[in-house]
Amino acid sequence: MARTLFEKIWDRHVVTHGSGGDALLYVDRHYLHEGSFHAFNALAGAGRGVRKPAQCFAFDDHYVPTAGRERGSAGVADEEARGLIENIARNTARHGIRHFHIDDPRQGIIHVAAPELGLTLPGFVINCGDSHTSTHGAVGALAFGIGASQVKQVLATQCIWQKKPRTMRISIDGALGAGVSAKDVILAIIARIGIGGAQGHVIEYAGSTIRALGMEARMTICNMSIEAGARAGMIAPDDTTYAFLAGRHFAPSAAAWEAALGYWRSLPSDSDARFDREVGLDAAALEPMVTWGTNPEEGAAVTAVVPDPASVADPLRRERMQSSLAYMGLTPGMAIDAIAVDRVFIGSCTNGRLDDLRAAAAVAKGRTAVVPAMVSPGSRGVKLAAEAEGLDRVFRDAGFEWRDAGCSMCVGINGDQVGSGERCASTSNRNFEGRQGKGARTHLMGPAMAAAAAVTGRITDVRRL
Amino acid sequence: MEPFTTLSAVAAPIDIVNCDTDRIIPARFLRKPRASGYDRWLFHDMRFDASGNERPEFVLNQPAYRGARILVAAPNYGCGSSREQAVYVMYDYGIRSVIAPSFGDIHYGNALQNGFLPIVLSEEQCGRLREQLHAAPGASISIDLAAQTVTGPDGARYRFDIDPAAKERLLKGLDDVGLVLQHIERIEGFEERYLAEQPWVAV
Ligand code: SF4
Repeated sequence: MARTLFEKIWDRHVVTHGSGGDALLYVDRHYLHEGSFHAFNALAGAGRGVRKPAQCFAFDDHYVPTAGRERGSAGVADEEARGLIENIARNTARHGIRHFHIDDPRQGIIHVAAPELGLTLPGFVINCGDSHTSTHGAVGALAFGIGASQVKQVLATQCIWQKKPRTMRISIDGALGAGVSAKDVILAIIARIGIGGAQGHVIEYAGSTIRALGMEARMTICNMSIEAGARAGMIAPDDTTYAFLAGRHFAPSAAAWEAALGYWRSLPSDSDARFDREVGLDAAALEPMVTWGTNPEEGAAVTAVVPDPASVADPLRRERMQSSLAYMGLTPGMAIDAIAVDRVFIGSCTNGRLDDLRAAAAVAKGRTAVVPAMVSPGSRGVKLAAEAEGLDRVFRDAGFEWRDAGCSMCVGINGDQVGSGERCASTSNRNFEGRQGKGARTHLMGPAMAAAAAVTGRITDVRRL
Repeated sequence: MEPFTTLSAVAAPIDIVNCDTDRIIPARFLRKPRASGYDRWLFHDMRFDASGNERPEFVLNQPAYRGARILVAAPNYGCGSSREQAVYVMYDYGIRSVIAPSFGDIHYGNALQNGFLPIVLSEEQCGRLREQLHAAPGASISIDLAAQTVTGPDGARYRFDIDPAAKERLLKGLDDVGLVLQHIERIEGFEERYLAEQPWVAV
């Protein structure tokens, strides 16, 4: 029977079924971070050990400062944050789990660093106590976020109970216009289907536009699948994927490469496979996107105006929109590209990769930031590569701050925050109330657009710069 | 895990569509140890003002709803991050069930892991329940997990669906790890074959 990419991976990992019909799946990779302490505590409380430590990998990302990193964890001024960073080091050491700690040159945001190290491979089931685990689906893996109890379960058993999700294919065809990035594609998808639009589904992104994208752009798209409510997002592996993986540190070595490749080539959805839902998008119609509200579906083209809640019939949704606009300090009808910003953040697991920094640097080059702008590479690998091609100098010369790698201002829990009432043009993935700091106002956009906002001090259509 | 069987308690309406986990617990509190008690952080920035005083207009700060153990919410409750702390805050506050038209998938799964029952009723049914709770602050709702029913303040009864395995676990308060390890022989057999076929998994 014809099967989808998702179904092939799912079937391959079913160990057994439970009485209620849910599947016990085998987990290839389990990623951990400082926030996993609740799970480790629960594991210790239950007197259990880690069943397959060699398949677990930990990274410091959420709580690491992005400045003053020379002193490692000793240099973390925030005592609680330092405690969590030391705690994951102790827990991983106790259980024999490899850990890319705060001063490791391979450290970075899990969703940037793990693919970069070749840990994330096609056909894998990947779990992590983080909703943006969906990122790893870009190589053709089934990767989904879980909560602390399930992190404990995977640590203890290397398996996870799952109810089989439904499938959804989003096909994007045609060429993207100049200045339109992967971030714009995914923001447009979310604006179209809504932040609950893919609930209960695994999305497969397909079509000629996706096939033409590089791996980093594919990761940007899969990353934000969760912002449409999806259980996971994935893209079939192809030659772009294999070229990206070849030679990476943990990718199959020469001896195993051919066998792995043979298996990976069998993974793409069969041509007659059926999906529970199909959505189609025309790439040529897309424009740079910016969010105006307080969830990722509340976005529009940069050329549009802030919408009017009066146009929404459902009272609950109208109220929600009114409260979004009140929080954001915006009035219906105002042009999106007239909105002035107070600061700019370029980074995160969505847009902290080398291509993203290149796109932002191309805009920053020869210009000057007129508001505070911070660049935090998604990993130290990205940072080194960017420095090797001089991007750090481009940013510094343009007045941008060049920081170290971590989640940084995406979630603000390492101390990099947006002040209350401040408006930030951000390349991250969530514009929820208080996400970047209490009272912070976030406008999500792509990296070139964020750089354009930095050098003009307002939301700007990068195509007109 | 504490079993969940039946619950009759005061319910509070939460009218926010797409109430994300950053609202349920802002990220800056995620670092707190569980033993410290999480009830204080529930809906923190909606519940308290900048100086830490209660905002009187927030539903849980109104006297009639203070003892609420059930929430009736709007579509896509708990969307966003995987933070299980979004369940801890409700649990430690005393809440044991949220009734909503839909939930963020990860939040729904996290709730079930904590002896907490997320219930899906239709948008229309949830809307009616919230209206009744607004009209009679402090009104109660009854939940019977075995029978899969919710009884509203007016006595109207609604049936809800739940995965049979999840129901069984909740009713008995079973821990997932134990349920996995029942299958340890199968897991080991699977693993041996699987890792032999895909030696690149173990690095
Ligand atoms: S960069 Fe932001 S979204 Fe990504 S893992 Fe870190 S906190 Fe989460």
